[in-house]
Amino acid sequence: MMIDQTKIFELWRCMLRIRMVEEAIAEHYPEQEMRCPVHLSIGQEAAAVGVCAALQRKDWVFSGHRSHAHYLAKGGDLKCMVAEIYGKSTGCCGGKGGSMHLTDQAAGFIGATPIVGSTVPIAVGAALTSQLREEGRVVVIFLGDGAMEAGVVHESLNFAVLKKLPVLFACENNLYSVYSPLKVRQPPQRSLSQLATGHGIQTMLADGNDVCAVFEASSKACKFLKEGDGPVFLEMPTYRWREHCGPNYDNDIGYRTEEEFESWQLNDPLERLTSYVESKKINSLTKKIRQEIQEAFAFAKSSPFPDGQAASEDVYA
Amino acid sequence: MKRQISFAEALCEAQAYCLEANPNVYVMGLGVPDPKGIFGSTLGLQERFGEKRVFDIPLSENAITGVALGSAITGMRPILTHQRVDFALVSIEQIVNQAAKWHYMFGGKMQAPIVIRMIVGRGWGQGPQHSQSLHAWFAHIPGLRVIMPTTARDAKGMLIAAVEDNNPVICLEHRWLYGLKDEVPEEDYRVSLEQSRVMQPGTDITLIGVSYMALECLRAAELLKEYRVSAEVIDLRVIRPIDKNTLLNSVQKTGRVLIVDHGHVMAGISAEISAVLTESLFQSLKSPPIRLGLPDYPTPTSPAMSDHYYPESHQIGNRALELCGRKPEMLPVIQNRRLDQPDSSFEGPF
Ligand SMILES: Cc1ncc(C[n+]2csc(CCOP(=O)(O)OP(=O)(O)O)c2C)c(N)n1
Ligand SMILES: [Mg+2]
Repeated sequence: MMIDQTKIFELWRCMLRIRMVEEAIAEHYPEQEMRCPVHLSIGQEAAAVGVCAALQRKDWVFSGHRSHAHYLAKGGDLKCMVAEIYGKSTGCCGGKGGSMHLTDQAAGFIGATPIVGSTVPIAVGAALTSQLREEGRVVVIFLGDGAMEAGVVHESLNFAVLKKLPVLFACENNLYSVYSPLKVRQPPQRSLSQLATGHGIQTMLADGNDVCAVFEASSKACKFLKEGDGPVFLEMPTYRWREHCGPNYDNDIGYRTEEEFESWQLNDPLERLTSYVESKKINSLTKKIRQEIQEAFAFAKSSPFPDGQAASEDVYA
Repeated sequence: MKRQISFAEALCEAQAYCLEANPNVYVMGLGVPDPKGIFGSTLGLQERFGEKRVFDIPLSENAITGVALGSAITGMRPILTHQRVDFALVSIEQIVNQAAKWHYMFGGKMQAPIVIRMIVGRGWGQGPQHSQSLHAWFAHIPGLRVIMPTTARDAKGMLIAAVEDNNPVICLEHRWLYGLKDEVPEEDYRVSLEQSRVMQPGTDITLIGVSYMALECLRAAELLKEYRVSAEVIDLRVIRPIDKNTLLNSVQKTGRVLIVDHGHVMAGISAEISAVLTESLFQSLKSPPIRLGLPDYPTPTSPAMSDHYYPESHQIGNRALELCGRKPEMLPVIQNRRLDQPDSSFEGPF
């Protein structure tokens, strides 16, 4: 598949925007106005962007605790996300959720919640809806290497294969679950996609820091899903730059080495594309995105907090 | 001065003692040997006792709970740790159907000496899935012991007793207690898994606090002194079995009781306590037992909504005044304090 110049630029723009949003969150976090845990996606933008670029607006995406990039890549509203992290009434959940619970149904980002693995069967259920109603929608569930250890994920894979559901398991393997490296959690010499293969699911592997490779693989997967040929599992090796939860770097605490971190930084998904983009364009685009982000933060900060009454609403439909 | 250590350090010391004292004890859980060591409560254990006895686990809480049970019925004494109660919910089947009943359903032929430590989150936007207080769920299950130590001293003594007990013990630890220091003996000792503790004697009203709420009750008792109300404060600390004696003795004496829970009021442990007290003391109660606890909706994330989610000392004090037949004089609200942090050093993200 040939990816044209315009598409490359679009992928790059989308990654840059996510990177800049996450960096803005990291920068403002010490002000202590975003009073909830945040799991940043810096370093992992290519997986989110490459997968979502292969989707249509009507397709559905689900995610877990680290979902900012997925939400934005699917077209989730930036202002509503930032306001949600600030706990404001204008946030996408009216302040009830915070960073770990994002939703923008209009954009097809159905939901993210932070119990690891738990949104996987829920996404499979959404794929069942799509199949039963013959809506032609594709569903994507983003999950991590840690989630692959949860029984519910394997039960979900089995069911999705059994029913040939149109769901893409987009697995970002960033080598860690919090501070625990893969080697203390899974046997060596067995890849995540190999593990999935055992369920009889079609598996693919794409460099998670190469947005074009991810986009190509995801496009292929979507074609497959739409033809009713069953679910696909896509493994994307990548790396989280900042601490598991929070705005800082934490290579100093000793669970991973500075060298490992640096080697992944050299493999920056954004840098890898920069040579394809004219520097004039970079500057003007950066400026435009910065403006958009400033507006989103200003919106979030100036929005009202929900009133006390709101807390007791929405318990029942 | 006697030695003071934190709640987290006390838990760590208890586990170190148990690992040292009994080769069958082992410790596992997500992040147990990582640099943060379960908020300090498992720090250094792997270095000291080796990777075979202190280890990280895959993100497989359900299976690992079964593994703990399987090893327990065949001779080991596992301590399994979860950074949040909410994560342990994926293993509820193993806990409720299997571990709790293993001894009973095989006619007492086997024992399941497991300790499952779970942390109760609060504050800094922990929200709907990282801050539930579900002790009443566990209290509903025969076969489980359920404890909630409040002080560092009890944390050490109760955890050692829990590991030495031959039943599954659910140990619920409030995150806001982790940094609090207390006098803790260096040697090993045991604190009963069946007794609540009178923290402070009084004569006019009994305040029964659950976990962190016991501390709010102490603060309320301090406020009440200014109104010449003498409150007896009880740290419940044991959720199952309920220590009827300690509770009845106190309320028999005071005739009034306020039960302050860190869980929902609706079908919560406070309802059980209230029933126990009313059944025995109906005639001698001077006022109906009153329950304070979490409202009937999930924890919202935004501080604007979660700040007033938890009972606070001035509210407890006001209710107590009312119960004592005094007009609630509106005890002062503590000002200039962010309510989603126990103190300013606690900046999340946990
Ligand atoms: C069932 C459950 N267990 C533990 C946790 C705590 N936890 C939150 S994120 C996380 C790491 C998950 O790792 P992975 O799936 O690889 O995602 P990553 O953080 O690397 O993006 C853990 C253990 C949780 N949220 N849910
Ligand atoms: Mg990971």
